[in-house]
Amino acid sequence: MIRILTLIVTLLALPFSVPLAAQNALPASPYAHQQLDDPVQEEKARSLMEELRCLKCQSQSIADSDAPMAGDMRSQVRERIAAGATPEEVRSWLIERYGDWVTYNPPVNAVTGPLWIAPIVLLILAIWLARGRFRRRKNSKKDAS
Amino acid sequence: MNRWLLWVPLVLFGIFFAVVAAGLIRPKDNIIESKMVGKPIPEFSLPAAIEQRPALATTDLATGKPQLLNIFASWCVPCIAEAPQLLELERAGVQINGIASRDTPADIANFLNRWGNPYVRIGTDVRSIVQLELGSSGVPETFVIDGKGVIVHQHIGDIRKEDVPELLEILEKAG
Repeated sequence: MIRILTLIVTLLALPFSVPLAAQNALPASPYAHQQLDDPVQEEKARSLMEELRCLKCQSQSIADSDAPMAGDMRSQVRERIAAGATPEEVRSWLIERYGDWVTYNPPVNAVTGPLWIAPIVLLILAIWLARGRFRRRKNSKKDAS
Repeated sequence: MNRWLLWVPLVLFGIFFAVVAAGLIRPKDNIIESKMVGKPIPEFSLPAAIEQRPALATTDLATGKPQLLNIFASWCVPCIAEAPQLLELERAGVQINGIASRDTPADIANFLNRWGNPYVRIGTDVRSIVQLELGSSGVPETFVIDGKGVIVHQHIGDIRKEDVPELLEILEKAG
């Protein structure tokens, strides 16, 4: 019974799996799954890949993703770094095409600025408020004694 | 101390709550528009995808006449859905160039035999190199390119029936 059910489920799933498998019909890009020979360059590429967002599976980095397009992006990152580009050059090459969205380490600008400034402003505000309260308590203690 | 100041934390919390709630309720936006719109098409040269159609390079896209650049694949289901619309655009006299993404010649030929071939040229992009250069994040995607080779519009996803007049209008304006 279970065997028949498995067969039915497999047959039903078949039409969906075929088109997805087909984009893997081609071999992956040369450096999609292959590290660079130079460990220093590989380390640079690796840390950049962890900060670049996969375009297909948008909550993953290209280092994590198994999507064919993420493999193509990894290969591009490694090839560009092997050719002498700095990680920041590769990052800005992608930002130029996809916007800040593509990086998990967004640059500080007018949009992202408040994220950096807000905690500092809040901290200063909190210290100022706390100071006022402590001072008042001291005064009221003095009055009581 | 001013009594009104007591309400400030509650108001701040209210604003915070509203922002978070709005973010949760709003449907997720998965569309990433290319930042290349308004810029010239990047330099590339792709080999021919099938024997029946010539290869595709940047120079073929700046001919003085606005054109479409359609990224498709035989493994992409929405590409089948937009095939009739591409044929309709072709009948309207639009020059459509194709880029086949991560595909084999046999699969591309099969796909075009089955769903029609609206393309004047088809380049094959087996490693998504041109797709990344264009700032495209998936298939299908269609770029409108003016006569000087500048990208004027990006259509993300399949072209539906109702999108055809809009694309024709953008093409006309680009001319």
